[in-house]
Amino acid sequence: MSEYVVELKNAVKRFPGVLALNQMHLAVKPGEILGLIGENGAGKSTLIKVLTGVHQPDEGEIYVNGEKKAFKNPNESAAAGIACVYQELNIEKLLSITDNIFINKWIKGPGGLLDYNAMHKKAKEVMASLGQDVDPTKAAGTFGMGVQQMIEIAKAVLIDAKMIIMDEPTSSLGEKEVEQLMKTCRDLKSRGIGIVFVSHKLEELFELCDRVTVIRDGQYIDTRDISGWDNDSLITAMVGRSLDNQFPKEFGTKSARPTLSVKGLMEAGVLNNVSFDAYGGQILGFAGLVGAGRTETMRAIFGADPIDGGTVEIKGKPVQIKSPRQAINAGIAFLTEDRKGQGLVLAESIRNNLILANLKGFCNGPFLNQKKIEEEGQKNISSLRIKTPSIDEIVGQLSGGNQQKVVIGKWVNTDSEIFIFDEPTRGIDVGAKVEVYNVMNSLVKAGKCVIMVSSEMPEILGMSDRVIVMRGGEVMADVDRDSKHFNQESLMKAAWGGKLDD
Amino acid sequence: MTKSKKSSNLMSYAGTVGALLILCVILTIASPNFLKFSNFMSILKQTPFTALTACGMLFCLITAGIDLSVGANATFCACVAGMMIQRGITTNSFVLVIVALIVGTLIGFINGTLLTRLHLPHPFVSTLGMKNVLWGASLWITGSQMVSFSGLDGVMWLGAADVGGVPVSFIILLILYVIMHVLLTRTSLGRSIYCAGGNMEATRLSGINSANVLTFCYTLSGFMAALAGVVSIGRSGICNGVNAIQPYDTDAIASCIIGGASFNGGKGTMIGTMIGALIIITLRNGFTLLSISSAVQNMVLGLVIIGAVLLDVTRERMEAKARRMAAK
Repeated sequence: MSEYVVELKNAVKRFPGVLALNQMHLAVKPGEILGLIGENGAGKSTLIKVLTGVHQPDEGEIYVNGEKKAFKNPNESAAAGIACVYQELNIEKLLSITDNIFINKWIKGPGGLLDYNAMHKKAKEVMASLGQDVDPTKAAGTFGMGVQQMIEIAKAVLIDAKMIIMDEPTSSLGEKEVEQLMKTCRDLKSRGIGIVFVSHKLEELFELCDRVTVIRDGQYIDTRDISGWDNDSLITAMVGRSLDNQFPKEFGTKSARPTLSVKGLMEAGVLNNVSFDAYGGQILGFAGLVGAGRTETMRAIFGADPIDGGTVEIKGKPVQIKSPRQAINAGIAFLTEDRKGQGLVLAESIRNNLILANLKGFCNGPFLNQKKIEEEGQKNISSLRIKTPSIDEIVGQLSGGNQQKVVIGKWVNTDSEIFIFDEPTRGIDVGAKVEVYNVMNSLVKAGKCVIMVSSEMPEILGMSDRVIVMRGGEVMADVDRDSKHFNQESLMKAAWGGKLDD
Repeated sequence: MTKSKKSSNLMSYAGTVGALLILCVILTIASPNFLKFSNFMSILKQTPFTALTACGMLFCLITAGIDLSVGANATFCACVAGMMIQRGITTNSFVLVIVALIVGTLIGFINGTLLTRLHLPHPFVSTLGMKNVLWGASLWITGSQMVSFSGLDGVMWLGAADVGGVPVSFIILLILYVIMHVLLTRTSLGRSIYCAGGNMEATRLSGINSANVLTFCYTLSGFMAALAGVVSIGRSGICNGVNAIQPYDTDAIASCIIGGASFNGGKGTMIGTMIGALIIITLRNGFTLLSISSAVQNMVLGLVIIGAVLLDVTRERMEAKARRMAAK
């Protein structure tokens, strides 16, 4: 019998062009809470999906109670006793708690009809054992996030899970709910269940976990007892990599006064008093963890989401921006993070996507100026080096990098003053990345104001003139390139809630 | 490059044009009366009603929406004119036509507003509701009576008159289709309509007021329906509220879909829709010539719609597969 309830050894998982997991290890003892942390993109999600049978590893083994297993699908993983409470809960909000807990595991009475009496009774029991005194006949959606999460945990308990993975379970909970969750975790632990607790909050790990495993870039880094870790050692283990010289940073001339000045931006529950200045001739980086409120800040400035308070000034003049149209008229361009969902009309040609943000500029009266569209489009294609057989190619057919260049072209054609790039290099190859950086360089040299939201720390450090770090909808730090804090450790510290001294 | 694109565009109509020609050949063989000038003119006379409602429908379909009230709207507009005669409000043809057009356009505007400003989840809901409202209203305002327009040549002119045998309504239809074709392909509004259908969020974040774009489409659909209503007066000389639940909407949708539009939005052309409408009308004409019962007519038309969509999705799946193979 093995010491571990679940053990993953030497797991390798490749996706096209990406090595998501490389010789990954993870071992969970029965009756322990194992913390799992890593940066954005370190491979946590892939690791979880390999354990739950969503992905099959290309190499490596999984052992459950010392027995070698291969999961072809999530059902096999569940049958082996591995359960997962995903960050996005799988709750049918309109169905009762009982229906949710017993989905696909229905108790049937004689004659094959569902035995609701038995199911309600059992559901009530399980929920009570998790500290939730609720009426299981009520719709799940009428309860708060805390209870909904308990429903997911109840599902795991009901299949006699030996190990439960919790993927950032506290990210959507209030303080009291977090307390209840921790209590439940300790209770499950005392029943001999192993728990993998994924979190972005170090203080939670220190409060709850017995051991913590750190992963980075798809690789296993270290596992120690919680007493063997402290804040600094955890962060160093998470980030510890060197910056390659893949960032062709060039400098522009910083404008005398801010091009964009944001003061006290509020969006209830999302943004709290966000203020910052961005200058022309500079790249202002926005660092932080996923969900820190960076994209939300940009959407608020761009008028894509309504705000509850705060002011925006452009070149010293206050502007009222209530819609993307007003933002564009005020000289703001916004390259969204999700280029397929929000940036491009995939079924349309390059030609049509390039003019989308500035239709007026490509028109004579009500009619499209086909000659200008053709000329400017060809210019975009050559200056941005969009690799395509023709300007009439459907954008959906292009590679990710070339799609991104089309989005950039669309915004360059608006002749804006402020360019917001949200995760501009996500999912594109290294060569295309450099070309995107070069576009930013030329914008900066032309005196434009560039804001770059990025979850890639090396990119932030490589390209920014200044960095704002956000966490939980608030600005945590404002670091200049000359500052001693302009390094990965300090920025990560701020992103994880630490204070930077002056 | 532009040339090759244009020729490939024309090629994409080859299937539908071919279907229309084959249909004509079959009917020529089956009925001695099909290939007569008078029969052709009869087809051209019946086409405008369907093609006009299909035009509005196409705009809605491109934005990934639908307007189920076009048929009822057309009937209602005719009934509004009928009511004004019935109650002795006016017999001035000009006033009657203008009022009918304004009423139809307004109804389209309400459909659009329900969708965009009052945030009804899908135009299916608002326009289906509107269809029933208009059906009831058509009967109500005319006291469920058929109203005759005999003697009012001004109102009838659009649907009844001809130039050397060619119906005026068809000539006007062609002119409108050319204008709408230019609007869709050559103006910024047209681009916005296609892009809104292809990706609403990206369009909004590109600074285009997509709510206004959608409202325009439904308002236009209302106007086209009203025009179809006026044409129907000239064609039949009467208005009858009962017609509000005739399957006019289905014919309009079928015309667009056969012509290459998609329920997923972002696709469809005026040329394709015209061919689609001609196919539907020619089919109906053939049914009449061959004295086929209306029960069979309905079944065949239903199968034609299903077949057209089936063909479309199959073609798309094949293309997607070919692309995947090419990418490997």
